[in-house]
Amino acid sequence: MPEREGNLEALGSLIHGFGVLADPMNIAYMFIGITLGVLIGVLPGLGGANGVAILLPLTFSMSPTSAIIMLSCIYWGALFGGAITSVLFNIPGEPWSVATTFDGHPMAQKGHAGEALTAAFTSSFFGAFVAVLLITFLAPVIAGFALRFGPAEFFAVQLLTFCSFVGMGSESPFKVLCAMMLGFALAAVGLDSVTGELRMTFGSVEMLRGFDFLIAVIGLFGIGEILLTMEEGLAFKGKSAKINAKVVWETWKSLPRYWVTAIRGSIVGCWMGITPGGATPASFMSYGLAKRFSKNRQNFGNGEVEGVVAPETAAHAAGTSALLPMLTLGIPGSPTAAVLLGGLLIWGLQPGPLLFVEQKEFVWGLIASMYLGNIAGLIVVLTTVPVFASILRIPFSIIAPVIVVICAVGAYTVHNAFLDIVMMLVFGVVGYVFKKLSYPLAPLVLALVLGDMAESSFRQAMLVSQGDLAIFWSNPLVGSIVTLALVMLFWPVLSALLRKRQSRQDGGTQVIPVK
Amino acid sequence: MEHGTQNSDPVVSNRTMEIVVAGLFALVALVVMADSIRVGNGWGSDGPKAGYFPFYVGLIMLVSSLATLTVNLWRHSGERTAFVEKHQLALVLKVLVPSAVFVILTAFLGIYLSAVLFIAFFMHWVGKYPLKTILPVAILVPAGLFVMFEIWFLVPLPKGPVETMFGF
Repeated sequence: MPEREGNLEALGSLIHGFGVLADPMNIAYMFIGITLGVLIGVLPGLGGANGVAILLPLTFSMSPTSAIIMLSCIYWGALFGGAITSVLFNIPGEPWSVATTFDGHPMAQKGHAGEALTAAFTSSFFGAFVAVLLITFLAPVIAGFALRFGPAEFFAVQLLTFCSFVGMGSESPFKVLCAMMLGFALAAVGLDSVTGELRMTFGSVEMLRGFDFLIAVIGLFGIGEILLTMEEGLAFKGKSAKINAKVVWETWKSLPRYWVTAIRGSIVGCWMGITPGGATPASFMSYGLAKRFSKNRQNFGNGEVEGVVAPETAAHAAGTSALLPMLTLGIPGSPTAAVLLGGLLIWGLQPGPLLFVEQKEFVWGLIASMYLGNIAGLIVVLTTVPVFASILRIPFSIIAPVIVVICAVGAYTVHNAFLDIVMMLVFGVVGYVFKKLSYPLAPLVLALVLGDMAESSFRQAMLVSQGDLAIFWSNPLVGSIVTLALVMLFWPVLSALLRKRQSRQDGGTQVIPVK
Repeated sequence: MEHGTQNSDPVVSNRTMEIVVAGLFALVALVVMADSIRVGNGWGSDGPKAGYFPFYVGLIMLVSSLATLTVNLWRHSGERTAFVEKHQLALVLKVLVPSAVFVILTAFLGIYLSAVLFIAFFMHWVGKYPLKTILPVAILVPAGLFVMFEIWFLVPLPKGPVETMFGF
């Protein structure tokens, strides 16, 4: 039974991974990371992606394992933090917490904030836990499989990632393409690593370094978000949360009733996390499914616990499983995973199948930290909610300049370059305009991160085939991935055609909106 | 066609912004393509040249931006919706302008002193706080950053004449 052997091996490696965590410093970094993460998730204008980007330089002096443990814990913390703002303030800290506000905030309004938060945190934990189990047993298998990949296969997988944005995004496909290509173009600036030629530097020495995606992330997501928040003239009117052991215990006793919702949410989340659908659609889809199948359907939107469980399990399962393609193929499933990947590259670790062979200790230390990090996260958030809720009550006119300063510090520390702070501000304005015109930011960031990798695998594939595109259909594996990618790319056109045909068959005269 | 909200006038319509941004994308695309042709976008003796990949990146960007441009030139509905209203723009500039000044000051005064001035100014100007609220925040936040970055994590941040005076 080779499969059972594989599972046993994974278990063995995992136990070894827990050994890596036995270092008390790593446990300390874990708690620091979670706390910083919740703080980032709670503060308006700071999200998981730019939070990790800002704090990345802090970890340069640590060992790669400690660093990634702290950074991934910031990520878990940010995921947890989003629920606090959604439930208490009706402000989704992250897009994937939007669905949590539907029932979480009404619960808080009725004075059940403690129950809503406990349910949210516990289901987040559950979703993340299922995803980590999946990563533990599936990652080595996928990595093993991917070891046989050539450049054409790698480019095909990257192509699928990018085409999925076009097919699955809610924005105009042309805008998705524009934003994505801007990312690729910015990634190409600087020294071409293959030919040594200078591209798009226009004689400037500063441009030699190229555009660092960390600066872009801090500007687009950090400064851009501040500008948007300011524009809305935000005033926080929050509900107070009383969480004590009794509330937690009572809620925990009632949660097993929703096991079907939780498992369904985890499956939806895992699927959407691995494919780059992402946490946001996963949370909405899970909420919709829960509503359709619930006995208390009419109560959804008025403060139904199930309506908190569903999106939170899915969002965390998606957020966590987004790390699976990052670790095994080097393709991050979310912007925050992209920042983590950037971190790995900075430490000289090349994410991808070889990581499981060459950096065993690192990979399994990280996976083990996902288990412990989520437990630590649950403890931290359940005990500190009132503290974080009070941070949200600090007026925006104090928070805003502090966040701008923190972003500037983060941008500067990436390369110790003053120009990067200026670039951050420029990216901030770009982020503001893009958000308002619904140009998506995630494909831009992902293209900026993966640009060099995608280009080099494309060039290598072309070199092998002497410029013949037929190499992308040279075997069933690469052929089916590329075909799937093209279906994704043309999905907006295909679905519009299908709808047109459908409405013609229905004999309807309604106008189909062209997106 | 005046459809702005009662309390504020639109500064620029969504449609205009769509056209401007799509036009800028087209411009960037042309620059990318031109530079790719400069370094060579074809096949060299040892494989694809440096501009091979970026050229197509530019081409896709050009085609997509022209598509967005055409859609918006052709459709007039966007004229009615405001991209940004006067009072919104004022609020955005209230953050953006001081932030830009802070960034410029960083080059001369270092990041810590600039941060003190920036936070204090912002809290006074936007938040209308009394001095006894402003001073602790404006001083403690940069001081906290100093301890965290310079002392704990040994990451140097830009410093100016004041820090030099204290021997940093």
